[in-house]
Order: sequence, then structure tokens, then C-alpha cells
Amino acid sequence: MDEEQQPPGIVLTEAQKKRRRERSIAIAVALGILVVLFFAVTLVKGPAVLNRPM
Amino acid sequence: MEVRAILSIVDNHSLALPPRISEAGVGDYIALLKPRVMSLVVFTALVGLMIAPGHVHPVLAITSILCIAVGAGASGALNMWYDADIDALMSRTSKRPVPTGRVTPEEALAFGLILSFFSVMTLGILVNWVAGALLAFTIFFYAVVYTMWLKRWTAQNIVIGGAAGALPPVVAWAAATGSLSVEPILLFLVIFFWTPPHFWALALFRSDDYARAGVPMLPVVAGPDATRLQILLYTIVLVAVATAPWALGYFDAVYGVSSLVLGGWMLWLAINVYRRREGALALRAARQLFGFSLLYLFALFAILLLEVVVAAVLAQFG
Repeated sequence: MDEEQQPPGIVLTEAQKKRRRERSIAIAVALGILVVLFFAVTLVKGPAVLNRPM
Repeated sequence: MEVRAILSIVDNHSLALPPRISEAGVGDYIALLKPRVMSLVVFTALVGLMIAPGHVHPVLAITSILCIAVGAGASGALNMWYDADIDALMSRTSKRPVPTGRVTPEEALAFGLILSFFSVMTLGILVNWVAGALLAFTIFFYAVVYTMWLKRWTAQNIVIGGAAGALPPVVAWAAATGSLSVEPILLFLVIFFWTPPHFWALALFRSDDYARAGVPMLPVVAGPDATRLQILLYTIVLVAVATAPWALGYFDAVYGVSSLVLGGWMLWLAINVYRRREGALALRAARQLFGFSLLYLFALFAILLLEVVVAAVLAQFG
């Protein structure tokens, strides 16, 4: 029994793939900055690690 | 039955349309943030933060400035979402990402809302809620009060709407101190009274653009001569307001003398705009005032910043 050929669906062009990759990287960078920011401020305001005397 | 029929029409319609695949690049999203406006916001906020009394930890200072910058960018994205129709009609704004179709209005709206949420919540949680609430108010004022209400309704749009652009140093001061005081309100007033002459000078040589888009800027509604008079009157008030912090004893003589010199030049250019009403000279006068007004605001705030830096250096080594 022959398998029915599936329609290809949405096929992204190279330009669309490139832009999507760029947007994904930008979102990852933004989220990374947010995580680092929360971590750093937790150190400053919480255990006050960054405020310790030299 | 009727509802089902309508739904089936909608379904058929949506099936008939090819799915839209976004080709928006990172640069398009950066453009939505209005980077040039953002740079002035960052600078004025930095001054508000630096002149605030007491010590602010550098990490908290960076966090505050970042949140204010992102909040300002979010306002810009919401503005571009709502104003896409009139942006498309004006040469200055027709190349923006939404009117050109690179970013859909829905994408711009989502981008603006998400950034608004994250900037306000981050500032509130990490720094303090006075600053967070002020930032939320600033975004609301720019996106809703100015963009959705005033801009298309009254020639006083940029006068009242200017409050949004004047708030960043107040937000920054609140971030540093957790409260408000006279000094940030003085900075607010300087930017508030600077806004009308700055934007009306631009509107004088862009009035065709605004008229085409149906935006009731003062030159379109009241004519160029009435605008020239208003520019002159607001510039007189601006110079007085910008000098007041020195006269009242809040800022020192270096700032006072600088504000007088810069204000004198600004006033001279405003008088030129008032006197030169025809042809290329009138156009040139308006362009000169517009250009110098940017330098004027930058210089006033830079002097305040410089004084703080010099005082800190002297305290360190003196």
C-alpha cells in the first residue's frame, strides 16, 4: 500500500530562517541579561556580597 | 446556526490566506524602541540619578537606567503601533517598521506591552516601587494620554504630552532615593518647557507632513506666525525656569552662568524664528532653533553631570 505523500507545509525561505534565528538569539540575550541582573541585584540587596569591605 | 455559518466563513477565509511569516530583523525591533529618543531619556535619567543625594550601588544604578531605557523604548513601540496609519503618511516616519510592513501592528503591540511589563516590574522589584510606579505612569502617559488621546485631538498635544518626556530624571531620582524632592521637579520643568519650542520648531519646517497626516500641530491649526509667537513665549519661560534652580540655590553658579549663556543663545534663535517669517531664511531659522534646542538641553544636563563628577573626584583626591 502506497503511503500518501504529505504536503510540505510551511517552508521557510533562507531569509526567513536567518531572521528567525536572529530574533531567537536576541530573545535569549535579553533573557540572559534579565537573569544576570536579578542575580547581581540579589547579591547587592540580599546577602550583600558585593558590598563587603575590601 | 447563524453563528456557525459566520464561523465557517471566518475559517474558510483564514484558510484561504497564506500564513504570514515574519521577516522582521532585530534592527526593526530596535527601531521600534526609538533609539534616538531613548538616548536623550537615558542621559537625562542618568543626570537625575547622579545628582540625587546619597550613594547608589553601581549595579542598582545600571538596573535603574536600563529599566528606564527599556520603558522609554516600550512607549516608543506602543506609539508606533497606534500611529502606524499616520506614520505612513509622513515622510519623516514612513520608513518605520510598522508602516513598511516589516513588523505587523500586532507584533509591535505585543513587543511594547511585554517590554512595559518587564521594565516596570524589574524596576519595582529590584530597585523600589516609587520608581516602578513612576515609570508605569510615564509609559501610560506617553502611550495613552499623548499618543491615543492628545496627539490627534489638540494643538496642545506636545505641550501636555511633554510631561512624559520630562519624567525620566524624576523616575531616576526616585530610583536613587525612594522619594521625590524639589530638584527632580526642577529638572522636570526644564524638559517640560523645552519641549514646545523644540517640537514646534520642527513642526514649522515639517508642517506639510503633519497636515497630510491630519495631526493638529500648532502650525497646521493656528498657522506659522502664531506658532512663532508661542515658540518665543515658551522660550522666555524656558530660560527663566532653567535659571531658577541656580537663583533658588539648588544648583551652583557654574550651572547658573551656563544656563544664562545657553538660554541667551536659545532666546536669540527664538527671536530670529519670530522675526524671519518668509522663504529660506524662515526655514533656516526654524532649523537652527531645532538643532540648537537639542544641544541646549544636552549641555544643561551635561553641566550638572560634570559638576557631580568633578565634586566626586575632588572628594576622592582633595
